[in-house]
Amino acid sequence: MSVPFVQARNLRRVFDVSKPWLNRVLEGGHLEFLKAVDHVSFEIRKGETFALVGESGSGKTTVARMVVGLLPPSAGDVLIDGVSMTDPRQAPARRKLRRRIQMIFQDPYASLNPRFRVDAIISEPIRAFDLIQGERDIQARVGELLSLVGLHPDDRLKYPHEFSGGQRQRIAIARALASDAEFIVCDEPTSALDVSVQAQILNLMRDLQDKFGLTYMFISHNLAVVRHMASRVGVMYLGRIVEIAEGRELFARPRMPYTKMLLGAVPDLAMSGRQRIPVKGEIPNPISPPSGCAFNPRCPLAFDLCRKETPELIDGVACHAVNTAPVPA
Amino acid sequence: MTEPVLSVRNLKVEFASRRGTLRAIDGVSFDIAKGEVLGVVGESGAGKSVTGLAVIGLIDPPGRIAGGEIHLAGLRIDNLPPEEMRRIRGKRIGMIFQDPLTSLNPLYRVGDQIVETIRTHLNLSEAAARRRAIDLLAEVGIPAPEKRIDGYPHEFSGGMRQRVVIALAICAEPELIIADEPTTALDVSVQAQIISLIKRLGRDHGTAVMLVTHDMGVIAETSDRVAVMYAGRVAEIGPVQDVVKNPLHPYAKGLMGAIPTLAGDDKRLVQIPGSMPRLSAIPRGCSFNPRCAFAFDRCRVERPEPLPRGAQSVACHLYDNVPAESAA
Repeated sequence: MSVPFVQARNLRRVFDVSKPWLNRVLEGGHLEFLKAVDHVSFEIRKGETFALVGESGSGKTTVARMVVGLLPPSAGDVLIDGVSMTDPRQAPARRKLRRRIQMIFQDPYASLNPRFRVDAIISEPIRAFDLIQGERDIQARVGELLSLVGLHPDDRLKYPHEFSGGQRQRIAIARALASDAEFIVCDEPTSALDVSVQAQILNLMRDLQDKFGLTYMFISHNLAVVRHMASRVGVMYLGRIVEIAEGRELFARPRMPYTKMLLGAVPDLAMSGRQRIPVKGEIPNPISPPSGCAFNPRCPLAFDLCRKETPELIDGVACHAVNTAPVPA
Repeated sequence: MTEPVLSVRNLKVEFASRRGTLRAIDGVSFDIAKGEVLGVVGESGAGKSVTGLAVIGLIDPPGRIAGGEIHLAGLRIDNLPPEEMRRIRGKRIGMIFQDPLTSLNPLYRVGDQIVETIRTHLNLSEAAARRRAIDLLAEVGIPAPEKRIDGYPHEFSGGMRQRVVIALAICAEPELIIADEPTTALDVSVQAQIISLIKRLGRDHGTAVMLVTHDMGVIAETSDRVAVMYAGRVAEIGPVQDVVKNPLHPYAKGLMGAIPTLAGDDKRLVQIPGSMPRLSAIPRGCSFNPRCAFAFDRCRVERPEPLPRGAQSVACHLYDNVPAESAA
């Protein structure tokens, strides 16, 4: 097997959510920390789509931001093509790497500067990395990128407000491609879009992947979208990856009770009347997570060990019940 | 057949704007029977929410109901004076909005808000209303309701808040509940709980429910019948099984194919070219014709009227003059 393109090693991110110092002194109380991400490790091979899925507050976006370097991890490291995203000694190599990593955000209304014309938006990476010289060549490249994502080259003279949500997301994709990126982190790229537009964007993303051999990291809470896009999937719960598997395998044979519950909760368009695990409770407060396995208060299989010890990710599953005893089917 | 709880006939809603009058709803008709859940599905701008607001009489100026009739159990309600409509709203029609945080007053205890609503509509003492509020909170699945009733909205999670909103909607035992995207702001695991709660309410109380959502999966799980809306009109309406498994209207077909599913294979999603037209530029003829693969001359000139097709009804010229067997 070749060396993975992206490696996340024991990522951890802690946010300080304490009250201000003066309030602590006057009103009492102590420092409070929110462990948004803990012990997250995964690998992404070149040309594949790796998805992180989970409910709100599970830490998906925090992981994505650490992978692209928008947020420094509290511990752990990310290696992209062998270059560390945190090691200060590798800063020159990292600068060269930056061009090859891009991100697409959830809200296409907030991620495009409303005062920039589309040509300025898309040519910004080209100019920043000094990829093409000469205004005429830059404009030609912008036009080419716009046709690539299904817009008209003349659209480069318009402003973002003249486009619908789906078209804006196409512009965001064109911007990501402008620097010849190889690795694109997509944080909920279709959550703000209607289903028919979502289908257009998902199809476009797959076409571009086939054409340029792109590697995607895909963040979503929508399991059906993840099922459609991802070759490998990591399921997150309260800051940890609780199950990681090939896409088909995960959806056909989920192992961790949380994954089973999550899959069972998805409204079923096929109306097959399948049996489902009733959903119990809600995601706990991440400031004071339950001891042991964070899922234990909601888990039908929980036993003593689950309340004491946090399970390690073994063979793709972090669950005492799965790893120590045969699971009743 | 008994009289439907809600009957909407040829409803038209218009918004006056500087650039002329925009017609958001253009001739929508449907019925909801007692105990029935009607799903209303469509993409943003299709007119789903405006239809719900028109039924409950909450269209604010510059919007107005420009035509058609709305009947609640035989009583015409679209032209009632505001004061009378206010007595019906909350008492006979309950409303659940999308965002449970903004539909509760953050400054009042949850219990006070429910008690206030109960006492507005039912002739109960303070103590009896409070007892009823606790029962309601228990019914919607809030643990330890006798304690939680004195909590403030911010002390509840999103799913629990939506349960409180549902308790508020059902506190006067309305005949009809309008739920506008009740699960959109919630995570899937919580969404599943809220869906089963809405289903159970319809079953236990015989309440008619109009469920507005963009999520076809939610409709498939909850509804008895479904109306697919496009650009202010009902493109197709029928039993949920038929519409989901055998959609007739080209838009409904495209919509079903565009949804990624857990069971489906990895093939490309069906793609409808273009996007929903703006209200100011609704195409002539069938409003779907510029995006439709089957459009022919007539579609560009003449607006299709709903045609019955078995249990379904579809507004599409393709089904005119075609024997029913070949289409079904």
